[in-house]
Amino acid sequence: MNKSINSAAEAVERIKDGATIMMGGFGVCGIPENLVAALYAQGTKDLTLISNNAGLDDFGIGTLLKKGQVRKMILSYGGECKVFEDMTLDKRLEVEWTPQGTLAERIRAAGAGIGGFFTPTGYGTLVAEGKETRRIDGRWMVFEGPLHADFAFVKAWKGDVLGNLEYRKTARNINQVMATAAKFVIAEVEQLVDIGGLHPDHIHTPGIYVDTVLRGAKYVKPIEKLTVRKAAAHV
Amino acid sequence: MSDTRVVIAKQAARLLVNGDYVNLGIGIPTLITNHLPPGVEITLHTENGMLGYGPYPHEGEQDADLINAGKETITELPGCSYFGTEQSFAMVRGGHVDVTVLGAMEVSADGDLANWMIPGKKVKGMGGAMDMVAGAKKVIVAMEHATKDGKPKILPKCVLPLTGKGVVSAIVTELATFILDKGALTLTAMHPDTTVEAVRKVTGVDFKVAKDLASYER
Repeated sequence: MNKSINSAAEAVERIKDGATIMMGGFGVCGIPENLVAALYAQGTKDLTLISNNAGLDDFGIGTLLKKGQVRKMILSYGGECKVFEDMTLDKRLEVEWTPQGTLAERIRAAGAGIGGFFTPTGYGTLVAEGKETRRIDGRWMVFEGPLHADFAFVKAWKGDVLGNLEYRKTARNINQVMATAAKFVIAEVEQLVDIGGLHPDHIHTPGIYVDTVLRGAKYVKPIEKLTVRKAAAHV
Repeated sequence: MSDTRVVIAKQAARLLVNGDYVNLGIGIPTLITNHLPPGVEITLHTENGMLGYGPYPHEGEQDADLINAGKETITELPGCSYFGTEQSFAMVRGGHVDVTVLGAMEVSADGDLANWMIPGKKVKGMGGAMDMVAGAKKVIVAMEHATKDGKPKILPKCVLPLTGKGVVSAIVTELATFILDKGALTLTAMHPDTTVEAVRKVTGVDFKVAKDLASYER
């Protein structure tokens, strides 16, 4: 079945107020920028977002926060986004802090049909409060449940119309696991190739996980911290 | 004393072993790669999903798809690999990463670490730090010995919310290096310009002094 769709606007039409959405990316590296922009334009609100970061003030998730579209965020790090920090301190945003590895594993559990797991991460800290703990193999561990979503926005480098995806370098990050854990998964890609155009051994996300695939109309791909060597230097 | 941050990075580098897989936190730890002792080769892990990254790119060769956990542009070294966040942290929690070096706001003698939150003030989040300290085989704290107003950061108990409980194995500051074991600190190395008494004044807990106390290189 051909899963491709023509526009980001069309891809997000089915998303209603109150939805829970996973958004891939680390910082603004590998974020589904076309889908986020379409959701911003559509104005859908009362959203719960599951993401590693909160974007920047003027790019990605930060724009949705600024426009008041988000009710709650489940994330590991919100630095670099002033709007996020202000809204959190003023309690205008509900925040569920989740350590990055726990976040990825909770998503993995949801996608793999696992009812949760015990992890040493966060034992004895705020994130363990109210959670079941157990000593396993001599170490104290904390129970963490699976994390599901209504939608996932995933960004890949290449994809085909069957929804097979190939990521590029560190832009893969949490996209790969998010593609497994939502009821409806929308992937946006820089290059949409013909069936057979991806080497089967190089497919990171098999098409079974993906419901819709979109070729992104435009990619900004901002760099948060440009760090370079001068030609003569030896860093 | 020369640049404090460099002194700390140099000493922390001396705790690394040839062949280590190492995750470096933001700030002082990133300077470590410039000060590795001869014969020590390490492989760098970055939790967003890469092993074997190299130095910053030359101007104009940066790639928005290639960054470290500090969101800085980096490069590939031959033999590097990419993976997703779920696998990146599986290798951390699974004890496959030998060492993590990271900064701290407070450390206790029991090895408790606080470095992610100041209630009501700083709400950036823990990122991958809680997983790193729970999973890496060795957790080295590289930090300035005291706060900006001279108060100890090594304390009987952390006051700030914890990142991990009983996780720290060594502390490296511009003055001193301590090994932590079963709730006790042992001073193992010290800057030649300071004294044990001076170190005690800025350290919030008692400590033993190793018989073979080493000196920092100048």
